[in-house]
Amino acid sequence: MERSQTRKSTLPYLLILPTLFFVAIFTIWPTINSFYMSFFRQRLNLARFREPAFVGIENFVNLFSDPRFIQVLKNTIIYVIGTVPLAIFLAFVFAFLVNQRIRGVGLSRLSFFHPSILPMVSAATIWMFFLTPDYGIFNEALHFLGYRGPQNWTANPDLALISIMIVALWKNAGYYMIFYLAGMQNLPTEVFEAATLDGASTWQKLRYITFPLLRGTTLFITTIAIIGAFQTVDQIFVLTQGGPSGASTTLLYYLWQVRFEFQDVGKASAITVVLIVLLLSFTVTNFVLSERGRE
Amino acid sequence: MQLSKDGHRRRWNSKKTLAMLITWTIALLWAVPVFWALVASFRPASEPMGRGDVWFGSMLTLDNYIKAWSLAPFDRYFLNTVIIVSMILGVQLITITLAGFAFAHYEFHGRKILLFIILLQLMIPTTALLVPNFSTIRFLNLYDTRLAIAIPYFGSAFGAFLMRQAFLEVPHDLVDAGTIDGASWWQLLRHIYLPPTIPVLVAFGISSVAWHWNEFLWPLIITKSDAARPLTAGLVRFTQLGEIGAQWSLLSAATLIVAAPLFIAFLVFQRRFIESFVHSGLK
Repeated sequence: MERSQTRKSTLPYLLILPTLFFVAIFTIWPTINSFYMSFFRQRLNLARFREPAFVGIENFVNLFSDPRFIQVLKNTIIYVIGTVPLAIFLAFVFAFLVNQRIRGVGLSRLSFFHPSILPMVSAATIWMFFLTPDYGIFNEALHFLGYRGPQNWTANPDLALISIMIVALWKNAGYYMIFYLAGMQNLPTEVFEAATLDGASTWQKLRYITFPLLRGTTLFITTIAIIGAFQTVDQIFVLTQGGPSGASTTLLYYLWQVRFEFQDVGKASAITVVLIVLLLSFTVTNFVLSERGRE
Repeated sequence: MQLSKDGHRRRWNSKKTLAMLITWTIALLWAVPVFWALVASFRPASEPMGRGDVWFGSMLTLDNYIKAWSLAPFDRYFLNTVIIVSMILGVQLITITLAGFAFAHYEFHGRKILLFIILLQLMIPTTALLVPNFSTIRFLNLYDTRLAIAIPYFGSAFGAFLMRQAFLEVPHDLVDAGTIDGASWWQLLRHIYLPPTIPVLVAFGISSVAWHWNEFLWPLIITKSDAARPLTAGLVRFTQLGEIGAQWSLLSAATLIVAAPLFIAFLVFQRRFIESFVHSGLK
């Protein structure tokens, strides 16, 4: 009897152990380690700095007084603000379009959603062609529409970041669409019938019924979109390598550069800390917002 | 009366046609990139593209696929991707089922705090921790192996949480009946908890495979040889080969080789994929 009770009390811990073990080694420990290492100077490509030396908050002071890093932060913010709201808007429009009872809805859904199945590096490789000057299809289309500006998107300091954003937009809008679509299909039909009887237009129904009722979905998509935006770097590797002269370098790409090109472990740890703090502040804000919405 | 009804109907019909045209136009535009890649990949490499001439060439050929394959070991990359993805999925299915079961079925000390610790993984994505995780992999002597690419994902907070929620939905009466019959924890899990929750495991599995098939940055930094390199990292290396340049038909072929297996699976199991993606987003 006693034995079975002891077994009963250790069993749940044993069942959790594998998950806890991997989370501890690849999430908890590296988080703590990044904070710790961010207070040390360690550069692997310079013999005299190879051993870690405690420097206090020097890494952070250096980072925030470095115009390069400020530019990286600015790029990241532009990337997030430029892609997230637009992707969500497109997702809502797409979901509305394919939620209608019209012909060809299945194929349209497929068309909007299929980019999310592609690896980002494949999507970016295709777009590398679309953005090619002169005969790339994107440039041809723009030319047809009357655009006469610069065409070398990935090599132009003003356009490189935008080209990174275009690919993300094309790839992600359909992914966010499926959450709106699922939400729209769960909306109570009676409300819409009543609104139709009262003579509400399609636009009014969208504006005053669908959108407010899907507030939770919008909040949720916003969160995954922002967290996702901080993590996208794949297309940068394919299209611009962060250039020209840092114009399309975002936080995660810079982190990779600092650690693996400049071999600066201390600085990379400090950037990791900045990234963690940013991500946590977004998740916590979202949690607070969604709890408030529930009340 | 008759007339106004008719007029109403006609207006409704033309509205519907307009909606249909708008939807079709945008959908068509959205499909152009992949459609172009498909067409271009069959275009003879000897016919370079130019203004207004980027689609079909004089004939269709498989040469680009053959040449891409000869320039980089795509069969090796393919095998690596399959092994990595299966390794991750295999381990995850076990760890998330066990953890989900423990959190759903048992009352124990520290249950809340342990769940919270695990859920930290959702707030701090593994991608952000690539610098310290790289050191850990070096320390474990796993650098440039397939295991190194897979191991950070063996424990999944999201999966454990998903399974916990699914197990909590299993009717209490069934569980109680099983307990009274003297079923062991394993029998409870196997015969009462798992059968109704298989669809959730499948949904998790699809999104896990899709996610890791497409992952790029972590495999890139943790591999240095073709022995461990998966398709995504292989493709980027391929695009940067000196002799490739702007050979778009060749690049398209390589791109499609990388994307095709998952893409075809998606076309066949479309509904399941989309359901799984909706599920997996609901963190």
